[in-house]
Amino acid sequence: MTTTQVAAEHHPVPRPRDGAPRRLSSFLTSHPRTRLALLLTAPLFWLVIVYIVALALLLVTAFWTVDSFTGEISTEWTLDNIITVLTGSLYQTVTLRTLGVALMVTLIDVALALPIAFYMAKVASPRAQRILLIAVLMPLWASYLVKAYAWRSVLSQDGILEWLLAPLGLSTPGYGLTATIITLSYLWLPYVILPIYAGLERVPDSLLEASADLGGRTWRTLGSVVLPLIYPAVIAGTIFSFSLSLGDYITVNIVGGASQMLGNLVYTNVGAANNLPLAAAIALIPIVIIFGYLAIVRRTGALNNL
Amino acid sequence: MMHRTRGIRATAFTALAIGSIVALTACGTSSGGGDPSGDAVEELGEGEGQVSILAWPAYVEDGSNDPDVDWVTPFEEDTGCEVTSKVYGTSDEAFNLMKTGEYDVIAASGDATNRLIAAGEVVPVNTDLIPNYEGIYDFLKMQPWNSVDGEAYGVPHGYGANLLMYNTEVFAQAPTSWDVVFDRASENAGKVTAYDAPIYIADAAVYLMTHNPELGIENPYALDETQFQAAVDLLKVQRQSIGEYWSDFLKQIQAFETGDSVVGTTWQVTQNVLADSGAPTAVVLPEEGATGWSDTWMIASDAKNPNCAYMWLDYIASPEANAAATEYFGEAPSNEAACEFRSEGSCEAFNAGDEEFASQIWYWTTPIAECIDGRTDVECVDFAQWTEAWAEIKG
Repeated sequence: MTTTQVAAEHHPVPRPRDGAPRRLSSFLTSHPRTRLALLLTAPLFWLVIVYIVALALLLVTAFWTVDSFTGEISTEWTLDNIITVLTGSLYQTVTLRTLGVALMVTLIDVALALPIAFYMAKVASPRAQRILLIAVLMPLWASYLVKAYAWRSVLSQDGILEWLLAPLGLSTPGYGLTATIITLSYLWLPYVILPIYAGLERVPDSLLEASADLGGRTWRTLGSVVLPLIYPAVIAGTIFSFSLSLGDYITVNIVGGASQMLGNLVYTNVGAANNLPLAAAIALIPIVIIFGYLAIVRRTGALNNL
Repeated sequence: MMHRTRGIRATAFTALAIGSIVALTACGTSSGGGDPSGDAVEELGEGEGQVSILAWPAYVEDGSNDPDVDWVTPFEEDTGCEVTSKVYGTSDEAFNLMKTGEYDVIAASGDATNRLIAAGEVVPVNTDLIPNYEGIYDFLKMQPWNSVDGEAYGVPHGYGANLLMYNTEVFAQAPTSWDVVFDRASENAGKVTAYDAPIYIADAAVYLMTHNPELGIENPYALDETQFQAAVDLLKVQRQSIGEYWSDFLKQIQAFETGDSVVGTTWQVTQNVLADSGAPTAVVLPEEGATGWSDTWMIASDAKNPNCAYMWLDYIASPEANAAATEYFGEAPSNEAACEFRSEGSCEAFNAGDEEFASQIWYWTTPIAECIDGRTDVECVDFAQWTEAWAEIKG
């Protein structure tokens, strides 16, 4: 204690010396562009390698072919894969099926998320709000596979759903597209609730009160005040559920019975059929759909809300 | 300012994109494929301390699945070669896994072996370095699926037939024909299962050989356009009754346990596991005959541990190990002396050594354009089209 005091008295704060770090620091202060470049090199390098190169690779591979017997890729340019994917009835059917599943999942999730998010943001007490938020986030802590396999046993012929529905004269849908839609809706629900909840949080309570003061009833207030305000948030939520469903192949593999989605076609072409070029061509379908969807969504301003 | 940044960004992106495309085109696919006619090694050295094996389920058991089932530990103790293994579900999966170059040894069926040889993924095997090769049945040696031009590419392991599994509560009487999964599949609509691989088209062809003789199918792996179409049509009808396809045998076990599947093609090992857990299932070899497999242990061309690989090939061909592995999987052994080490009657059950029986199983073979049944007046449908058709059948 004493020593430090003495030291402090005899040695006032030393003047910064003209060392290399110091020179570097003043150089960077006066050259903002260099500073920015150094800061961004690493993340940009990563982004370019894993993202842009991967996409470019995909694009390029789609124009190659594969020797079916030896499984070697030949790099002669051809449009065959693209033409097959665009004109083959199999790919059209599967694309439509995948789109249908993604749309259904999105609709179900929005329908479920709106009331839950509204209750969380506007009705529940702060304590209940926190508990609910944790409850919504909780499923995200469990592995995707565990949840999918859990649904496999729930939906099974001797599963809990059959047991619950049997007294009502109903039965489990079994493995198939319905099971896939149910499972995917469950998996992506938190991703839809959270943006909508965040959007609702930003709607001032005073607006709801003002609407009520002006004679707006519940539905009128919801339709004319709340919905227009949270519309971008809803769209943001749908981007998650839609794009995640569009690319999924594991859930449909586990509970989808014999049905395939685009992801399965990609998977079998990479894994079993060893036709990487065709797989790349198929993988372009969801990419194009998502880009289309994003382009439409961009006009609503929802992307600013992500 | 805004516009300029965007301009720079766009230029940079374009440059990158073009750059990577050029780079990829230049070096993208130089990997894979070697000289198909590599030379077998002349002599062996010391073991490398480890060996990496790719095999069908239940071929490489070290006791981690069932403490009583272990023939890997004795090998490790004898040779000092630590075994790591990976299982696969279909030959197509195996073929792709081999391309990664991660594995020293593979147990491959006939629908993968020729492709592996042609792609240069495996090397000829010097059988003089494998003392136990002597004991292998002669009718399994130097077959079209394990040799090329009189050069052995591996050691035969075991052979067997794909069986018909049924739920004994649903079927009061054991089915005798594959018609329960084809013409009569609709009786159990939504609960029929089938093997999820293009090679399953051959099962439909075997069925048609008996039930539609006017098609004139001689070999289920040599199908001309008309015959192939008939098989595909049969499978498209079957598809309407399919609950789910299986390629992971554990998933099939679960589906039969819960009753989500009640009838379909299977392996003996699946039945063995189900019987242990008391599930109401049984298997039968239907009267039409069946497709099946004859497996070969092969060595990768870029094996990192060739000495340990040879040691494994010798070990697994020994009567004791061959008996343990083939009995556990439920197939006939390849070593004549193995039957002495198998449980009573298990060799007879699989007609081990019965050349006549063995010749009636339609062993998985890769279909090629040149008809393998000897026809020269037509061109057969090759495996690429089988793969394509399989995706279409599943729809």
